[in-house]
Amino acid sequence: MSSRERILGRVRRALADVPADEVPYEEAVSRDYLREHGRRTTGETVELLAENLVDYRAVVHRCDAEELPLLVLRLLAERGSQEVLVPPGLPPEWLAGAGPVRVHDRAADTAGRLDRVDSVVTGCAVAIAETGTIVLDGSPDQGRRRISLVPDHHICVVRVPDQVVSSVPQALERLDPTRPLTWISGPSATSDIELDRVEGVHGPRTLEVILLG
Amino acid sequence: MTGTYLGMPAFPKAAHDAVHDPVLRGNLRHATHTIRAKRARAVGELSDWAALREAGRRIKDHTLRHLDRYLVQLEESVTAAGGTVHWAADAEEANRIVARLVRESGESEVVKVKSMATQETGLNEALEAEGIRAYETDLAELIVQLGKDRPSHILVPAIHRNRGEIRDIFRTEMGEWGRPAPEGLTDTPAELAEAARLHLREKFLRAKVGVSGANFMVAETGTLVVVESEGNGRMCLTLPETLISVVGIEKVVPTWRDLEVFLQTLPRSSTAERMNPYTSMWTGTTDGDGPRAFHLVLLDNGRTDTLADRVGRQALRCIRCSACLNVCPVYERAGGHAYGSVYPGPIGAILSPQLRGTASEIDASLPYASSLCGACYEVCPVAIDIPEVLVHLRERVVEGGPAVRQGNTVVLQPAKGHAAERAAMRAARWAFTHPGALRTGQRLASRTRRLHPCALPGPGRAWSGTRDLPAVPPEPFRDWWQRTRGGKDGAK
Ligand code: SF4
Repeated sequence: MSSRERILGRVRRALADVPADEVPYEEAVSRDYLREHGRRTTGETVELLAENLVDYRAVVHRCDAEELPLLVLRLLAERGSQEVLVPPGLPPEWLAGAGPVRVHDRAADTAGRLDRVDSVVTGCAVAIAETGTIVLDGSPDQGRRRISLVPDHHICVVRVPDQVVSSVPQALERLDPTRPLTWISGPSATSDIELDRVEGVHGPRTLEVILLG
Repeated sequence: MTGTYLGMPAFPKAAHDAVHDPVLRGNLRHATHTIRAKRARAVGELSDWAALREAGRRIKDHTLRHLDRYLVQLEESVTAAGGTVHWAADAEEANRIVARLVRESGESEVVKVKSMATQETGLNEALEAEGIRAYETDLAELIVQLGKDRPSHILVPAIHRNRGEIRDIFRTEMGEWGRPAPEGLTDTPAELAEAARLHLREKFLRAKVGVSGANFMVAETGTLVVVESEGNGRMCLTLPETLISVVGIEKVVPTWRDLEVFLQTLPRSSTAERMNPYTSMWTGTTDGDGPRAFHLVLLDNGRTDTLADRVGRQALRCIRCSACLNVCPVYERAGGHAYGSVYPGPIGAILSPQLRGTASEIDASLPYASSLCGACYEVCPVAIDIPEVLVHLRERVVEGGPAVRQGNTVVLQPAKGHAAERAAMRAARWAFTHPGALRTGQRLASRTRRLHPCALPGPGRAWSGTRDLPAVPPEPFRDWWQRTRGGKDGAK
């Protein structure tokens, strides 16, 4: 007997007490929790996102489409970045200003190559106000998961208010589970040493979020 | 489960040693009190916490009651998405599968994300025996691995180490494993984290095989979820060419939508955050992004035996948030190592004896490592009635009876007169008479009384009496103690 059959057999014997006509999933699970917490205007939701991002040590900026290229340029310059990683479908106007050398991500790039790049600029799929979370789904303006992971400085552009939802349930509704997803809430952190939160272990130690609207 | 630490003394002996280690006690006390207060704030932000907790309980219960169906569905979804599913009946089989997959990849080292399942199977040691080196990459796991130590907490495995000890371990041990600690390393957490970043980065960048667990697996989509803080998880899940995830069969949930419950309750309950820094979700493999090969190893190792116990099966709802450890007065004083298993604290006291059986002294003594104060039940985000299961398992230890072991129904002998009974009674006496543990237990219980379970089965019923359980200890516990022990062994 294969282990698969053995395990499934054990499960079935263990569940001998479960009646065949038990209530189906839809009825068994009560969902009387909230879809979102509190009532807010769209503006207030964006405000809450900004607050919660800051609370978890992300740096938040706001600008409109016209100001964006200069802002990105300034952030890269302040950081002293020589090279910036660019996902394949990043709107070219976001990096319209001159400045650091653009490194276009190619499948052949090794992790070691990515490790020598200073910064990365990406878009996002959705942002969650209640938790201060941005979610990347590997779309062309975000690129492969590794490009927002290996460089130490991540600039993420969120289109507000379109890409902002209030809550975790609303975010899951918008996301496609077949895509690789990365949920990011502040820069990488650890509390492993005496439960003291320290920002920056393996992921980017600086996370800058630009609310574009 | 092979996770019993060899030569592990039974609970009271190990707990006794811990209580007399002032550094350990200080570290634990500081850590658990810090996290407790923060957690209460994070949970308090959600006005619908009780409804989320109830939904979490129901999702898990429903899944467990139809586990065969959901496992088959999960297997189909993962396979359709490009993954390969393996089934492991026990720890040894899981380790064998992983070792084979690593060998087939032609590699002799792997990077690992913290995973309870692979600690439970003793994967690192098994790989070592096959000439494969496993590098732990979670900071706390790294501290434990470098310190040739054992984890003492689910979430913060090095909770028993303070910063000075960590610096010393990094200084003396890092060089053995790779890049040595920087010159003049101090004990500030930021510097220690930086040392770990540098030490591990070279390993991530060259890694070809990653090994992980998972917090959730979605049957309908085949999606796996890993919740973490540091980014080492993202490294291990995306940089290697081969990813092997070893996951307990109870981690499956039916639908994508179910994640909306657990992604709210887990971070707040475990690290006391609105959301943990990083959560990765992947479904099979994706062209041009992440590992080219994905293997899922579904682990039984005592879980189906646990499932067969109608009272005890609720332990399989556990999402490993560790909140029950942080509120437990016995854990706070005894420390994680006293539980002799990768699952310490209240959840360990009900999970280990079910996964491993109660044949050994340590496992027989675990259900007694509690004052039944009920604080663990109150904080549990999936409402596991830990006191109910503890009482049930005590009954099984003392009175014996039918149980399922490795898929077979066996009749357990009563522990009376055996070494196991003596160990159990010593544990009970420890939790019961140890003034600090009991006092805190009572304080917590009186604050939380209305959240306690209404009635307990087995011996519990005898002492709960009415439908509404009053303040739990000390009377009921003493009554129970008197009844089962007949006042023997000098119980006061
Ligand atoms: S038993 Fe409940 S509180 Fe304890 S770790 Fe599991 S889910 Fe968390």
